[in-house]
Parts: sequence; structure tokens; C-alpha cells
Amino acid sequence: MPKRTDIKRVLVIGSGPIVIGQACEFDYSGTQACKALRDEGLEVVLVNSNPATIMTDPELADRTYVEPLTVAAVEQVIAREKPDAILPTVGGQTALNLAVDLDEAGVLAKYNVELIGASIAAIKVAEDRLKFKEAMRSIGVDVPQSYYARSLDQALEASEKIGFPAIIRPSFTMGGVGGGIAYNVEEFKEICARGLSMSPVHELLIEESVIGWKEYELEVMRDCDDNFVVICSIENIDPMGVHTGDSITVAPALTLTDREYQRMRDAARRIIRRVGVETGGSNIQFAVNPEDGRMIVIEMNPRVSRSSALASKATGFPIAKIAAKLALGYRLDEIKNDITRLTPASFEPTIDYVVVKVPRWAFEKFPTADRTLTTQMKSVGEAMAIGRTFKEAFLKAFRSLELGRSGRLFSQAAPGSAYEHEDDQALQRALGIPTDRRMWAVFRALERGWTIGEIHRLTKIDLWFLTQFQQLTELANQVRAVGARDLAADLLREVKRAGFADVDLAQLLGIDEDSVSARRLEHQLVFGYKRIDTCAAEFESFTPYMYGTFEEECEAEPSPRAKVVILGSGPNRIGQGLEFDYCCCHAAFALRDQGYETVMVNCNPETVSTDYDSVDRLYFEPLTFEDVSAIVARERQGGGDVACVVQYGGQTPLKLALRLQKVGIKILGTSPDSIDLAEDRERFSKLLWELGIPQAASGMAHSPEEAREVASSIGFPVVVRPSYVLGGRAMAIVYDTGSLDRYMRQAVQLSPEHPILIDKFLEDATEIDVDAVADTTGDVIIGGIMEHIEQAGIHSGDSSCVVPPHLLSDKHMATIRDYSRRVARALKVVGLMNAQFAIKDDVVYVLEVNPRASRTIPYLSKATGVPLAKVAANVMIGKTLAEQGFTEDLAVSGFFVKTPVFPFVRFPGVDTLLGPEMKSTGEVMGGAETFGSAFAKAQMGAGQHLPQEGTVFISVNNNDKPNVVPIARGLMDLGFKILATRGTAVYLRAHGIDAEIVFKINEGRPHVGDEIVNKNVDLVINTPLGRESFFDDRAVRRAAMLQGIPAITTLTGAAAAVSAITAIRAEGLTVKSLQEYHQDARG
Amino acid sequence: MDAVLALENGRCFRGRSVGASSDAAGEVVFNTSLTGYQEVLTDPSYAGQIVTMTCPEIGNYGVSGDDGESRAPQVSGFIIRSESPIASNWRAEGTLREYLVRHGIVAIADIDTRALTRTLRTAGAMRGVIATGTIPKTSELVERARALPSMEGADLVRGVTCAEAFDWPSTNGITEFDEFVSMDPAPGRRLRVAAYDFGMKWNILRRLTAHGCDVRVFPATAPASELLAIKPDGVFLSNGPGDPAVLDYAIANTRVLVDSGVPVFGICLGHQILGLAMGAKTYKLKFGHRGGNHPVKDLSSGRIEITSQNHGFAIDPATVPDDVEVTHLNLYDGTVEGMRHRTRPVFCVQYHPEAAPGPHDADYLFAQFVRAMTQKA
Repeated sequence: MPKRTDIKRVLVIGSGPIVIGQACEFDYSGTQACKALRDEGLEVVLVNSNPATIMTDPELADRTYVEPLTVAAVEQVIAREKPDAILPTVGGQTALNLAVDLDEAGVLAKYNVELIGASIAAIKVAEDRLKFKEAMRSIGVDVPQSYYARSLDQALEASEKIGFPAIIRPSFTMGGVGGGIAYNVEEFKEICARGLSMSPVHELLIEESVIGWKEYELEVMRDCDDNFVVICSIENIDPMGVHTGDSITVAPALTLTDREYQRMRDAARRIIRRVGVETGGSNIQFAVNPEDGRMIVIEMNPRVSRSSALASKATGFPIAKIAAKLALGYRLDEIKNDITRLTPASFEPTIDYVVVKVPRWAFEKFPTADRTLTTQMKSVGEAMAIGRTFKEAFLKAFRSLELGRSGRLFSQAAPGSAYEHEDDQALQRALGIPTDRRMWAVFRALERGWTIGEIHRLTKIDLWFLTQFQQLTELANQVRAVGARDLAADLLREVKRAGFADVDLAQLLGIDEDSVSARRLEHQLVFGYKRIDTCAAEFESFTPYMYGTFEEECEAEPSPRAKVVILGSGPNRIGQGLEFDYCCCHAAFALRDQGYETVMVNCNPETVSTDYDSVDRLYFEPLTFEDVSAIVARERQGGGDVACVVQYGGQTPLKLALRLQKVGIKILGTSPDSIDLAEDRERFSKLLWELGIPQAASGMAHSPEEAREVASSIGFPVVVRPSYVLGGRAMAIVYDTGSLDRYMRQAVQLSPEHPILIDKFLEDATEIDVDAVADTTGDVIIGGIMEHIEQAGIHSGDSSCVVPPHLLSDKHMATIRDYSRRVARALKVVGLMNAQFAIKDDVVYVLEVNPRASRTIPYLSKATGVPLAKVAANVMIGKTLAEQGFTEDLAVSGFFVKTPVFPFVRFPGVDTLLGPEMKSTGEVMGGAETFGSAFAKAQMGAGQHLPQEGTVFISVNNNDKPNVVPIARGLMDLGFKILATRGTAVYLRAHGIDAEIVFKINEGRPHVGDEIVNKNVDLVINTPLGRESFFDDRAVRRAAMLQGIPAITTLTGAAAAVSAITAIRAEGLTVKSLQEYHQDARG
Repeated sequence: MDAVLALENGRCFRGRSVGASSDAAGEVVFNTSLTGYQEVLTDPSYAGQIVTMTCPEIGNYGVSGDDGESRAPQVSGFIIRSESPIASNWRAEGTLREYLVRHGIVAIADIDTRALTRTLRTAGAMRGVIATGTIPKTSELVERARALPSMEGADLVRGVTCAEAFDWPSTNGITEFDEFVSMDPAPGRRLRVAAYDFGMKWNILRRLTAHGCDVRVFPATAPASELLAIKPDGVFLSNGPGDPAVLDYAIANTRVLVDSGVPVFGICLGHQILGLAMGAKTYKLKFGHRGGNHPVKDLSSGRIEITSQNHGFAIDPATVPDDVEVTHLNLYDGTVEGMRHRTRPVFCVQYHPEAAPGPHDADYLFAQFVRAMTQKA
């Protein structure tokens, strides 16, 4: 069947901000879909609130709306654009849910828009667990026994039939939020209560436990003619009980016989038919009882997913792109396989390598969070690795995580280590309860000589995998036993082929990495590269998508062209996410346009950068010195010049920069020495002093004693942090000597090579972020001055900000521009530079300068319409700013607010208060003609529903009382009822504001917590009251979060909220595309 | 123990012996299935061939008595990248290595199977030798490979067909794993099928049985009259090894069957023999089709089936006579995958609707055979 001709304009819905469970995989799928639709000559309208995405680049769609993903905003987009169809299957659960909401609100019917890719009926069968089970039973597919509950009593009734452990799944929540596994009645009640409140429909599914069963996923596709293919099978090493996003997984499935596999495939075909996904991709999860092979289906996602991104990268089959084409009415056999060129997409990829994915968690950011892994996803990113064997892929995946010392699998219990004295009981516990650290426990148990039978009993990990781990442990033991001097070529070859990195061997042998590499090269043991070709070499591949391995034959075939190797940012983590992948992609796009051959190195399967379409040559490899230098060496053999871009991928490539340069690899743009100068507190202070630019008093310390000295000389409060970190890792504001000592004891362990930086903390200062581009001639343009909404002390990544500034004076703006230019020139920046400033008592201070891509680059690029990362990439290869047509600082039309989103809802018991350590996972942007409306839209996009009326609860510390008065007055004028704790209320009343008194949590009942739970409060303004009442505050903030009530913890944030509410009331909600904004800015 | 694979083009791969301690010789081919190594090992169509699995991890789930496609492994030798030391599956009855050693199958592991596959893809299937233990000079092994008879012109059927006719037990049909294979309603009575065993996979018999047929299996050399003597509702021509063009006796017998008016269904070698009997010609493919992911288009419905494949020869479409219609095409390379006689109840496919290993997409062909037989009756 040829393409449908009745669809001309399609609205693609994105997935919104990066949150746990929904990361940049949907940028990848959305980008692919937009490209595929436009290739077909369709007009594409995109809506996505996340500016840090490639998909929201204005050239990827005809009109791009960076607007909140709410019914109200999207209805406006639909009303303006009148699309023929909506594609809701490439924007994750967010897009699917929004499609259902639009349907229920009557919007689809009103504007006569059709859903393509998945129908409302199909979405409902797949999403509604009861309907799904009925559907499965009707086609003879087995499901776990289960019951629905809409109350605690109904839930308890169900648990009597099912017994324990029991699984609790709230309906319609993303990534299993609010669910869990209960092993007893008490736990059961607690999880059910939470789940009921978190489910938007107040409904739970209580399910028979299949914990410990083997877990599989099939990524399948179907076209309008009922042709069906399986793209990839995935096996979870962590058996049932751990969310698949938190599981270490492997592709292809490795422990299924053909009969079992084909039975699963047959079931999958029936399932996609029955659910009614007429075209596109779906993910289907199965559990298999290891004792008797009983197979049940767990769930089905009628859309592209995290796993389908993984499957696309694992096989080379671009699921999202093909899904978009199928939605237009194409059949699978009418679409070509890009990689082989000659064969159609109507086939099942087969692979001749093994792929392992390992999640990356961020528990170090949430020390009080429960690290137990359950059916609710907790990881923030993932690394994928490809090897010829499972062992090789597994070790490569673990080194891709970049966990440093804590990532080492071998010799964990060496003398002096944390596990030296771990007793058997503790180890048993570490194996029995799945946590983010369980795999390391498996290797400790193997080194302790525990049998795989024993480890299997505790972990239920399949014996096949455990045997592989045992073989790895034995190899490590052998290497350790023979020692460096007697390490023979045969053993070296065997361990390299098993995936050991030089640095692993160095650790086992007690020598340095360079000596291992030298020894390896003596024996001609070098990486060769194999291609990912969808067909196990049955056909020729035309796409240089490669992975490294130690085999006889290398298929890299480097060309003689001049090339640029762009080092990516590795697994997503808090502080280093999508924004950096965005920058890396832009570097590749720009340099490809300039005639360079672009080579990408990255190991994050969720990204656009690891799409074989994005670059000329893709190496899916870990970002370590060994792996990267091997790639550069191989590329050089083609004959052309090879240079590296290290300033776009966050800390990951920067950590390698000096070492790469030392071995003679050319680094493009700002020199690694300048980068080091900016990072080195002492050198940088000296530079600022010479330039006469004010900076906060600061110092450095290597010991607690030194730290005390520095702190007393500059005066408390101080900001402390280790050098060379991103995302404010281990950064803290310290108010006294006691806390300083405590911090130093923990932090110095953290990074012995680098000192601790101590800065004077500028309390209540206004913070400013600047992104600039500087060229080789010393020209500098300011991309934007971004004013933070929250005052200093909150990590810039966690603070909302606005461009252009709405409160800053012209005088200070001029000073900031001047300082930025001078610093950029002094640092000889060639490329991007991010600088942070603070304004206190009318003085502009430089806080820090980083001559590299920053988190705000994509946001600023979307606001200004100028792709700063591309401009800077061109600068790096010698094109001046003037040559590119940039002679003035950039301007924007309207206001653009960036607001972060946080993962607190995933971590019960964790405080939601913000500080210098970054905790947000993603961001949204709101744009409008006024600051108030832009802020309101950003809040909406972030899921903070600022009320238009109702009751506001105010409780602020004494310092903040004078400044809260105008805010309270503003709210009163807007008609809000004001509720306050005694102290605040008395103060407000004294200033003529009518405030009602409510009990604090420890004062009696009903207290403020009750009022929040009873939904008598619509907005919380609560600034921290100091240590004593810490827990009281915390309870208020958590209660608000769980009820979905916005809780604002800074006065500047509260003031912004008041302007937002005022603006939305006055102006209403309107939408406007980026293309229109950019037109206005140019016009 | 060391092992070496030597190819006729002089290329050698050094690895480790993971099967019987002996030597092996044959045509080296590759199979791209991700699962089903035991079914591959026991498929009689691989007689005379050394099979390379492109999937790198082999042996993971061991071997099971239920998963054989014949009594014992049929391959001449086996090549894999990484051998599993254990068998991890609830149905496993032993490890792959135990199985290979017990049946005297030579196998080599730890070689660059992708490099080997690329060699076979570009140069075509090649003769080769695996030596284990004390390895002679590689030049000597290469010479031995070059001295092997070519697959073209080889009648390998006589080596794998049954010695005498037998009835396939009517209970040996449905397994618990077939629960999702859709079947037409069973015919009112059990049908009688006479089958030529050119090296038949047992799953064909299991599927025919499941579709309501009682099957009597005949040796490849049995005259057509013997099959017709049991008054079959239909005749089945099985898969098998080697060059179809030299099987004069089978082609002649098949001609008799086609002319008899009885419904005939052929698979793989059976398809090629039918083609030859009806007047078409066969030729040898460069490196053949072996795997479980080839898309085949049913030209009558336009539907795509993902198929199980194992063949080195194919029907030349230019030689297909006018009274025969090509019904299925391979979407990878456009080769003929199925044919039908325009006036007689005769049809056949090049691929394997019985799967084992591979997808079940083409099971409908057994139902089609049953329909042909019931309509005829």
C-alpha cells in the first residue's frame, strides 16, 4: 500500500523534560520521526516543552512550539495549526497520556484530528491493566493473577487471594511511580496508600509476584497490512522484581531455546494484533519461570520506548524512523534498510555480537534515598556496550559508567578498601536485596569463592550469567597470580579478548596503565573494529557504525579525509545530560557542513549522537583514554588529519583532554591548558586579580586544618567543593567550623588528587549565567545574559532563569558583558565559554568561568534562534565570528524562562529543598511577551500548577519576613486567602495583610500538613527556618510535593510566581512557535 | 586442545577444539539464526557441510532430547565464536560439548567467525577442513580442502534418507510450544500422506501430524508407485542436502507423482526436485541462504513472512515453464521461494514452514496442503 495522501500536516508530541523513566531516548525517537515525516514531504508541527533537545531545533520542523505539554496549551497549538493528524507514539508516556487527555477533553473531535501510530482504543487496552489482562486471556496468553483495587479494603481483599510477596502497580503512572513490592501486610498497606494517592485515577493493580522469574522484552513492529517483525530480543540479567530500566540487560536474549523464543514471538504477534497497534513499534515484556518454562506477559507499551532506543542502537534498525513511515501507511517491505541499502525493512535483524546495558543511578545526590531496586525506576541514565562476547560487552559496559574507583569489579575487598572487613552476612544481604550495587556484590562473592549455586539462590540471576562472571573472576585471579613479569602473550590476549581494560589489568598487576598498554602493543594486541550491520555480515554494510574488539579482522576502513573526532558525554547523570549531547550533535552537524569527516565516540544508547545518521562515522565505545586513543590511532591510519573536540561533552571528555594532548592528539578550540587554568582556583584567581575583576574571597585546602584556616580568613558562610566536578557534586554551603570539619572528612576521600575549593558565600546575591563564543581573533559575542530567579546558593542547574534579565540594571549588564569579554580573551577561549556572576551590594563578582559547552547552550540557542554550539564549532576550525556574520551580542524577542524538574517523587523521604548540589534531571522552557507569562508557562511545563485562585500557605524565616510582605500583598490583591504560621501571620497582619493562623506540624492539629493533605492549600511559600525546625519544613514540602501542590522555597521564586499568576490572568495562555519568535528577533 | 580451520582459498583460523578430537571436512557455510543451534546441528540438509554460527554465544541452553530434527547431528563440523561451559535451561539434558563429543562432531571455537562469514560472503561457500590436536602444516590442510569433492554434482541424499519405509507415530505432533501457531479447523478425518525422505526434518512430520495427517515415510529411492500404492491423500517431498540436479531417480519419481493428480507439497530440496520435474533448472547460490530472518513475499496476498532458510541451490526463474507459477519471492535477493502448478494441485516452497529453528509465520502452508487434499477427496 503506498503512502496515505490525505495527511499533509502532522503534529508530533515530544516527551517534555527529562525525568527518571523518560530521558533523551525520546529526543532520539522524536528527532528520527520528524526527519522521516519531512522526508516524506509532510509539514511537521512539533510541540515539546524541553528546549535541550535536538528535535526542538527550528530546522527539524516547520513550526516548533516549545510550550507546556498540557491540554490547554496543546489545544491552542491545534487550533492554530489545524493538523490532519497527531503522532503520539514517539514522545513516551507523556505524549500517549496527553493524547488520551486531548481525546477525553473533546479536542481531537472538535478539530477533527486523527491519531496515527496508535488509536485511543489501543492505548487504553495497553495502559489499562485490567483491559490488558482480559485481552490477553482472550487470545490465550498467560498473565499473572491479579485484582484491581480502588480502596485500601479492596486491596487487602486482593492480597488474601494472592499472598506475599505481592506487586502493587498504580494505574496511569509513568515508570511505575508509586508502585512497589510488599513482603508483608504492613508494607502492603503503606505502598497501597501511596499508590492510591499517586494514581491519577486512584486505582491499583494488586498482582501475583513473579519475582525471580527470568525477564525478557521483545521490540516488535507491525505495518498496516499486518506484517510483523521482531527487531530485537532483550534479556534482563536482573530477574523479575527490578524495573527493566534499573536492570542490567543484554541483547540478544541468551538463555532461551528456539522453541521458547518462537513461542514468545508468536505470543508477541498475537498481542500487538489484539491490542490493536495498527502500525508502529511496541515493547512487550515477558516473564519465564526458570523451573518449568511457564511464560506470562507482563506489559505492553504501544509506542517507542527506552528499550526500543536501545534495540535500535543494538541492531542498527531505526525503529522510530520506520514507525513514523509506517504511520503514514507504508508497508515494511516498501521501506529500505539504510545500512545494507539493498534489502527492505521487512526483516528481523540478526546480530553477531552481544550488547549489554547498565543503568546509572544518582543515589550519591540523594544520600537518604532507599537504594533498593523495585518495580519503580530509579536510575537516571544508562551506558551500553558492544562486544563480540558477553564478557567483553559486560566489562566494556561497566567501564562506560565512569564510576572511577567505585566502578571496579575486581579486588574490591583489597586491604584498606571499604569491603575489606565485610562479613558473610553483609555480603548475603547485598546479594539478596537488589540495589544499585548488587552486581559488585556478585563479584565480591565470586572472589570470596562462593559457588554460583549459592549466588543464584540469593540473586536468582541465571546460572549462565553467573558462570560468565565466574570466568571473569578466574581470569582476574590468574592475572593477579602470575604477576606483571610473567604475564604471557597468550593470557594477555585472552584477557583483552574477554574485555579487560588496560586500567583493570594495571590494577590487578599493581603497575601503571601505560606499562600495560606498552606490553600489549609489544604483542600487537590492538583494537579492531567491527560493523553493526543488522545482518551478521550476510550483506555488505554501507554505514560505518562500529564497536571495538580484539579480533583478527578490522573493518574500520578509515578514509584519507580530514576528520574531527567528537567525544560525547557518556551515560546521562544529574548535571551531565541531554544538553551536552545536543552540543555534540551540533558540533558534528556544523563540521560536516564545513567538509570535515565527523567521527562520534559515545556509549549512551538514548542519544541522537549515537544515531548512525548524525555523523559520518560512529564508534559506540566507552569514553576512556584507552578506547578513545585507540580510535584516534585507527582513524589516523586513513591518512587525513585527526583532531578532537573535547569541550562539548561535559566533564567526561574534559577529563581526558590533557592526557590525549600529551600523546600528541590535536585538541580543537580552547587549549586544555586554558581549560585547566579556569578550573585551577589559584591560577584563575590570579588571572582575575590581574584583570581587576572582583571575585568572592576564596582559598584552597588539602586538609581539614587548612580548610579551617581559609574559612576563618574569608569568614563564614563559605561554599565548599572539590575541584573538577560538574553538577555541583559534593558542593555545600557551610556556616560553621563543625560542619566544615565534617565536610572535609568526607570530601577529601572523594578526590585525593584535587584540593577542596573554598569560596566566600555571597548570601542573597543575584546570580547570572552568561554563555559566550570567542574566536581566534579575540572577538567575543555574548549569547545571552541569564538572570537566575532563585538567589545565590542554589545550583545554577536547579535554578530557574530568564533571558533577557527582567530585574537587572543596564549598568550591571554592561559590566557583565565587559567582564565576560575580558575573561574570554585572557583565557584565549576559542569556542564556547560559560561564566557565572553574582551581584551583591551593587558589586558584580565573577563566581566561575568554564571555557566549554554549558547546560544553558541549547536553551539559549532556542531563545535567540542562533545555534551557538554550531557557531562555536566553526570558530574552533578557524572561522571567525565576523566571517559567520556575528558582530553583535545576541538579542531575543520576548522572554524565555528555563525551569528545572526534579526527581523527588521517586525518592520517598528525601527533602525537596534545593542547595548547591544539583538535583534536577531536566528542564523546560516557557516563552512569552512578558516575564510573568513566560514564567507561568515554564511552571506549567514543569508540572507545577500555579493556582489562579485559592489559598496560599506562607511560612518564612525571620530574615525573609520584610521581603515577603509585598508578595503576600500581591497574592491578597489577586484574591488569595492567606494562611500562615503564627510568627509569619503576626508579621503580615502588622503590615496590613489578612493572614489566618495555622498550626505548625509540631503545634497540634489540624496542622498545616493536614490542610495540605485535605487539599485546602493551593500554593506553599516556605523558606527554610534553620536547623531546629528543619524536619517540620521538610514534612510540609514533601506533603505539598505528594499532593502536587507547588512549594516555593525562595522569595525571589515566590515573587516570580505572583507575576506569573497576574500575567496569566491578564493575558491568558497563548502559544507561539520558535520560528515566529526568531523572525521577530531578526525583524 | 588447539584446532585450526583451513579454507580452500588458503585462509586459516586458529582456535580451540570444543567437540570431538578428530578432523572434519566439508563445505563451509554460515547460519545467522540467533537461536536453535541444536536444530541446525541435527538438520540432515547440512550433511557434508561445516556450519558456522554467526551468533557468538553458543551452547548456553545445552541440548534437549525434544529439540532434535533427526536422530543425531548431521553436520560435518561446527564453528562458533564462544562456547558456553554450562547448560542453563530447565529442559537441558547436557552440555553442547558433551553432545558433540558423544556424536563425534568436530568443532572449533574462539575464531573470528565474523571475518570467516565475510570471507564466505565475498568469495562464496568454500571447502574447508578442521584439524584438532596435533595440527599438521596449514599448507597441507589447505591442500586437503582443495581435494574435497565439490557440492555441485553431489548426491548426498542417499546418505541421509531412511533405510526403509516407516509410519511416523500419530501422537508425535503437538508440543506445548505450538500453542500460538494458528491452525485451520482440523479436517473431518485424518489424512494419509506419503512422504519422500530426502533428509527430512522431524518438525515437518510433527507439523503434518498436528495438522491432522498420518504420515508414512519412504526412502528417497522408493519408486513413486510404492507411494501411490498406499492411496495417499497427498504426497510430501522433504528437504535434504546436496545438489538437486543429480537426483535423477527422485526427479523421475516426482514427475510420476505430479502427473498422477495427487496433491503434492514440497519443501526445500523437495521444492527444487519438483521444479526440475516440472521442467525448470536449478543453480548454486554463491553462499546460500541459512538463517531465520529472510523476508519472503507471498505474491498472491502481498503478505511478508519471516522465514527459516537453509539452502545452497535455487530454482532459476528464467527456466520456470509456463504451466508453473512463481508464488513466493525472497525480498533480499529476489530468488524464487515458492511455486505452484497452474492446473495441478502441486505447490512447493524453498524455505522452511516447519521452522525449527525459526519463525512460525509460514505454518499456513501445511493448512494449505490439507485443504488441497480435502478438496481433492
